[in-house]
Amino acid sequence: MRIVCPFCGERELGEFTYLGDAKPQRPAADAGEDAVYDYVYLRDNIAGVMSEHWYHGGGCRSWLKITRNTLTHEISAVEPAAGAGAAKVGA
Amino acid sequence: MKYSIFSLARAALSGHKNWQRTWRDATPKDRYDVVVIGGGGHGLATAWFLASEYGIRNVAVLEKGWIGSGNAGRNTTIIRSNYGLPGNTGFYELSMKLWERMEQDLNYNTMVSQRGVINLYHSDAQRDAYARRGNTMRINGIDAELLDLAAVKKMMPFLNFDNARFPVQGGLLQRRGGTARHDAVVWGYAHAASALGVDIIQNCEVTGFVRDANGKVTGVETSRGRIGAGKVGMAVAGSSSRVASMAGLRLPIESHVLQAFVSEAIKPLLPNVMTFGAGHFYVSQSDKGGLVFGGDIDGYNSYAQRGNMPVMEDVCEGGMALIPMIGRVRLLRQWGGIMDMSMDGTPIIDKTPVDGLYLNAGWCYGGFKATPGSGFVFAHLLARDESHEEAARFRLDRFRRGAMIDEKGVGAQPNLH
Repeated sequence: MRIVCPFCGERELGEFTYLGDAKPQRPAADAGEDAVYDYVYLRDNIAGVMSEHWYHGGGCRSWLKITRNTLTHEISAVEPAAGAGAAKVGA
Repeated sequence: MKYSIFSLARAALSGHKNWQRTWRDATPKDRYDVVVIGGGGHGLATAWFLASEYGIRNVAVLEKGWIGSGNAGRNTTIIRSNYGLPGNTGFYELSMKLWERMEQDLNYNTMVSQRGVINLYHSDAQRDAYARRGNTMRINGIDAELLDLAAVKKMMPFLNFDNARFPVQGGLLQRRGGTARHDAVVWGYAHAASALGVDIIQNCEVTGFVRDANGKVTGVETSRGRIGAGKVGMAVAGSSSRVASMAGLRLPIESHVLQAFVSEAIKPLLPNVMTFGAGHFYVSQSDKGGLVFGGDIDGYNSYAQRGNMPVMEDVCEGGMALIPMIGRVRLLRQWGGIMDMSMDGTPIIDKTPVDGLYLNAGWCYGGFKATPGSGFVFAHLLARDESHEEAARFRLDRFRRGAMIDEKGVGAQPNLH
């Protein structure tokens, strides 16, 4: 697996760190326990095309949103995630 | 067919041409008391314990491929019970005791070899942590010995003792740990379960659950037709989320790829199973002579059963740091298995919110050593509708209750476990 960083070009996988599924949104502070439990612990664990957050720690240190097939490791899109801190909760 | 020295002699005298099939490749009946999904070690062990311990013999094991074709055939064959947290300590020791009598129980040679498992430590803090774990084990009646540097040097003089950054200071040894032959474990359980009437059905993929008006699971839809069931147990680690989603469940699990490696065969070198405490590298030597080793998961969600180069490099670096001479050995094969990584690194064996559906999942790195224990407690759950006392903490709702069993202490981030 090699990832084409939009800022650095094609780089080897070892430069990147994985966060996980980009879909879950951090619930609002008053959302209640069920929403927090759901966000922290439950996963769709998709077998197929998944949108994910990766961090290019060995390069430009940007958060990236990558569309990847978990069955084949094929990467179909790489784009910058909006805002470094905000990237953790989705663009 | 019963195996003994006499059956071996008879077969040898007739040129080994008269060995019988050791288990029946069954065709599905309309209905079973219990249907177990997944013909790996855990599923087959569950079926055997249901039949032998709990008297439930109208049981089917459904396997989408051939038995043992998943993680049961993709692990590094290590058995041990050196865990420190309540919940894990007792459960893995239950499993260890079942390993020790497995061959007699099953009348099958599973090549259980108690050659010892040693975890090396490389700092004062790590020594203290290992001493604590060893003490926990001993308090619970499990063998553990804390070795100093001299004892490790005597046992394994070939290690690199001049590593300035991560000096070997000693190790925590469990002599009863070791290895077993993974394929033989699968076939042993199939052999013994089949003899008690369990139907082992291959090439039978579950495609959905049959539910009654109240939502209770009353059977499964499969590639070989509908099969009715009193209860359905899932033992499909790696694919747990996919199967559970057919019943509308979302699990606290991510599927990740874990790689393993084997070298070309060499003469006997390693006396035991050893782990490098300063990185993630563990190794043993198979009876064929290959060095079998592995390390961390790749760290990203995957169902692909193959990994990538960075982890391979990391694992080999760990090996070189510990045993520099293995740099002269060539890598023979490398493969990947799909792990159910749970949110605390610990398995889940519990009823699900869906009536009639039972879950055995989340084995992370540790599925193989748990095979007999997992089968035993899952059979107990299926037969009695309540958790076995040694699995009482492996509940699905423990994340909601804050009762995690986080042996590594890293939180709900599966790729760190």
